[in-house]
Amino acid sequence: MSIEQQIRDYILANLFFSGDSAALASDDSFLDKGILDSTGILELIFFLEQQFQIKIQDQELIPENLDSLNKVTRFVQKKKAEG
Amino acid sequence: MREFSQRLLHDSLLASAARLPDRTALVIEGAPHTYSQLLEDARRLAASLQRRGVQRGDRVAIYMDNTWPCVVSIFAVLLAGGVFLLVNPQTKAAKLQFVLDDSDAKVLLTDGHLSGIFLSVLPQLTKLSAVICSGNLATESASSVESFDAVLQETIAAQPIAVIPLDLAALIYTSGSTGNPKGVMQTHQSMVFAVGSLIEYLRLTNEHRILCVLPLAFDYGLYQLLMAIQLGATLVLERSFTYPAQIFQRMQEQQVTVFPAVPTIFAMMLSTHSRAALYFPSVTRVTNTAAALPDDHVSRLRQIFPNALIYKMYGLTECKRVSYLEPELVDGKPGSVGKAIPGTEIFLLSHEGQPVSAGEAGILYVRGPHVMRGYWKRPDLSAQMLKQGKYPGEQVLCTHDYFRMDKEGFLYFVGRSDDIIKTRGEKVSPVEVENVLHGIDGIREAAVVGVADEVLGQAVRAYVVLEPSSTLNEKQIRALCMTRLENFMVPKDIIIRSELPKTATGKISKKILLDQEPI
Repeated sequence: MSIEQQIRDYILANLFFSGDSAALASDDSFLDKGILDSTGILELIFFLEQQFQIKIQDQELIPENLDSLNKVTRFVQKKKAEG
Repeated sequence: MREFSQRLLHDSLLASAARLPDRTALVIEGAPHTYSQLLEDARRLAASLQRRGVQRGDRVAIYMDNTWPCVVSIFAVLLAGGVFLLVNPQTKAAKLQFVLDDSDAKVLLTDGHLSGIFLSVLPQLTKLSAVICSGNLATESASSVESFDAVLQETIAAQPIAVIPLDLAALIYTSGSTGNPKGVMQTHQSMVFAVGSLIEYLRLTNEHRILCVLPLAFDYGLYQLLMAIQLGATLVLERSFTYPAQIFQRMQEQQVTVFPAVPTIFAMMLSTHSRAALYFPSVTRVTNTAAALPDDHVSRLRQIFPNALIYKMYGLTECKRVSYLEPELVDGKPGSVGKAIPGTEIFLLSHEGQPVSAGEAGILYVRGPHVMRGYWKRPDLSAQMLKQGKYPGEQVLCTHDYFRMDKEGFLYFVGRSDDIIKTRGEKVSPVEVENVLHGIDGIREAAVVGVADEVLGQAVRAYVVLEPSSTLNEKQIRALCMTRLENFMVPKDIIIRSELPKTATGKISKKILLDQEPI
């Protein structure tokens, strides 16, 4: 399964609570959609770190890295490449 | 120049814009806006609201994020003579409909990204004469919705209004133990008073740069805006604390001097600080309310904010703020939330209405111009909170919270007399959550309690009993709650049981539930 698909599945099941994949477009802002708040983001980070074996720094918690499916996917790819 | 005599809440904007037209009133997501821009846009929108039928005393609902249109809307409603009510953007359809109905709102001001929710309730709302929406609204079915930007372009002048200080300025909806939220009625006079009292004890001047990451729909967030405008200071407004690194960067960039937060935010910051040091020397005021800040946190926060006075405060929406502890006394009076805010008084009475002696627990009463007028259209509930005061016709606020007072008059919180849960600084009514659970097909019984949680203060926990035929699991129940409740109200834990313990009279016993399952 692609990185994007894994992240999408996690968000739909755990943060957005929808089985309807079409309900979340790849560019939708998580803030606008009400998907993420200050505790939700901690759950997301925990998932990303476990699932993709990466370490996310506090200073990386910015919307440019995390505020849509596309952004999270790009961020995870970059982190994995950095190894 | 004509001198302004401040009587009304929005007189602060008129005065500051006249005095400091080019000063930055707000920095929103990094973009600066001046006082003259704010007044100009608010006046235009006020005229447009009047054109759409808003008259003195009419309610206008603002269901928006912390954005420029939201701030413009607040002042526009006041300038049009209306009464504003802010609805948290996390609010879901059923509750939004309740609040709009309950308040008889005439106009709804909202954001495009919330259209999935507000469009679904519009057909049921017969009293709304207009819906004005900022941002993009990519729906053809929404022909009745007007664009915020287009409305601002209308070139008409606002009509003068005859509002006096006793008129309502805002309805502030708050959760109640009965399930549905209640609209706290605040007059111009009481809000102007509260803003002045807060500014006085926080020792703020127009040089301050106040950060607001709290929703403006939360009165603690709203008053950061009101204080900034009153002072002619600058408010650095952010949508939320979701992306902490962005907030920290903004605080450095903007040299923020006032940092208001709730214990959950402080707990997250301390956790970050333990990994990589945070340091904000520009901050000179740190304020906490909504739930108690542990004394241990105060001492660690001093590492992050080495130059700040730290304020521990206590309040309730029904009077905005009750007490504060002078920051110089934080170490000398551990656990205390201080004394009454300037211009007000507080006292403790026993259940029988008698004064209690120093050190004894009693029910806290509040007296002052900041006390609400009551709950909108709920005289029954108002009567439970507002009691006959010292002079004929005077009303004092009975908080129903237990406190004790030491010999010097410092207050210490003892406990609540209702079962409201405080999580992330927000009030959650167990009944409201139970009502949603009971509305889910397959759930036979539900009991919602608050359990201690290091980060959240209290976490919402639901115990449910399913119908024998039901195949619901915890995750599905949580998902259904998400569609009907604000995020902070959704139970963190859902525990399915075969039965719930009952009292002798057959009521679910939350006490036995919690005793059976130590936290």
